[in-house]
Amino acid sequence: MSKFKRKKGQGAQKINTSSLPDIIFMLLFFFMVSTTMRETEVQVQITPTEVSEVKKLEQKSLVSYIYIGRPAKHLQGLYGSEPMIQLNDKLVNEEGIPTEAVQDFVLFEREKLPEIEKNKMVMSLRIDQDIPMGKVDDVKQALRRAKALIINYSARKDYEDEGR
Amino acid sequence: MAKRELQEINAGSMADIAFLLLIFFLVATTMDVDTGLTRLLPPIPEDEQEQEVKVNKRNVLVVLINRNDQLMVGGEFGTRVDQLKEITMEFFTNPTNDPTLPEKETKEVEFPPGSSPLLPPDGVWRGQVSKGVISLQNDRSTTYQQYLKVQNELVAAVNQLRQDFCKLYFDKDYNDLNMNNPTEKEIAEAIRDVYKMNISEAEPKNIGGLN
Repeated sequence: MSKFKRKKGQGAQKINTSSLPDIIFMLLFFFMVSTTMRETEVQVQITPTEVSEVKKLEQKSLVSYIYIGRPAKHLQGLYGSEPMIQLNDKLVNEEGIPTEAVQDFVLFEREKLPEIEKNKMVMSLRIDQDIPMGKVDDVKQALRRAKALIINYSARKDYEDEGR
Repeated sequence: MAKRELQEINAGSMADIAFLLLIFFLVATTMDVDTGLTRLLPPIPEDEQEQEVKVNKRNVLVVLINRNDQLMVGGEFGTRVDQLKEITMEFFTNPTNDPTLPEKETKEVEFPPGSSPLLPPDGVWRGQVSKGVISLQNDRSTTYQQYLKVQNELVAAVNQLRQDFCKLYFDKDYNDLNMNNPTEKEIAEAIRDVYKMNISEAEPKNIGGLN
C-alpha cells in the first residue's frame, strides 16, 4: 500500500519557471510589432460608421487627423454637448472660427512634411456617425481652400456587407 | 590557483522585467488600423466666376440625400441605399445603349504588352468608356452615417466594375494586384483609367428648405 505514498508532507511541487521569461518576451515582441504608439488623446466621442469598401491608410507620417463629435463625457461640463472639432490633439475652442482653425492647422501640418511630400498630405476625417453634414461640409470647404485635397473618410470595415 | 566554477547568473527576475516591458507596451500602444474611404476633393476654381462646365444632361446622375436621410437618385425619390450600387453600375456601363443613360466615347488605354491574351500584342485596349459623372449632393442636416454609406455604395460600384474587368482580362483579383510589382501596378493604373471614379461632391447647398 505504501508503494505509491511517497513525498508526503513535502508541500506542492515547484513548477519550473525557467521558460517564463521566454514566453513573456515572445508576447512582448508580438505586441511591439503589431501595435502602434498612441499619439493623441481623442477628446470627442466618435462612433465610426461601418462600410464595406474601406482601404488601409499607408504611410502614417503623411496623415493628419480631424475629429468631429460631441465632447467626451468628462469634458461636457466644460464645453457643453454641441459637436466640436478636434485637430490632431487640440480641441477647437469657442473663440476660434472653426474653418479658419482648420486652414491654419493644414498649413501648420504641411510645414512639417518634407518638400517632396507636401502635396501628398492626407487628412483623415474621423467623424461620429450622427453628426449633421453641415459641419462636415464646412470642414471640407476649409480643406479645399487650404488645398488639402486628399481626404480619407475614416470608417470601419463592415464584414457583414461583404457578400453582397 | 583554484579553478572556480563559472557562476550562473540568476535569471529569476528576467520574467519580471519582461512583464514590465510588456505592460508598458500594452498601455502605450493601440492596435487599431486606420481604414477608410480615400477620396479626392475638387480644387476650388482659380477664377471667382462660377465655372459653367457644359455637361450633357444624360451624362449626369444626381444623387440627393435630404435632411431625413432619404435618397433621390436621377429624379426618382425613395431609392434605397442597397439599390444604389446596381443603379450606379448600370449608369457607368450603359449595357443597352439606352439614350437616357450616359454617352460613351472610344478610348485607348495602354496596358503592359503581353499581359493578357485578350489584348492585342501591343497591349493597347480599345473600347468604350462612359462619359458619366455622378453628382452627390447632401443637405446640411443629412447625417454623416448616411452620407458615408452612399459614398461607399458609389465607390463599391466602381470597384466592382474594375474588379470585373480585371477578372476578365487578367484573371486576377483587382484588390490583390501588388502595387510593388511594376507590371501589376501599371495594370491597376490602366484599369483605373478605364473606369474612372467620376464622383463629384458638389458645392454644399441647402436642399429641402429650412435648416
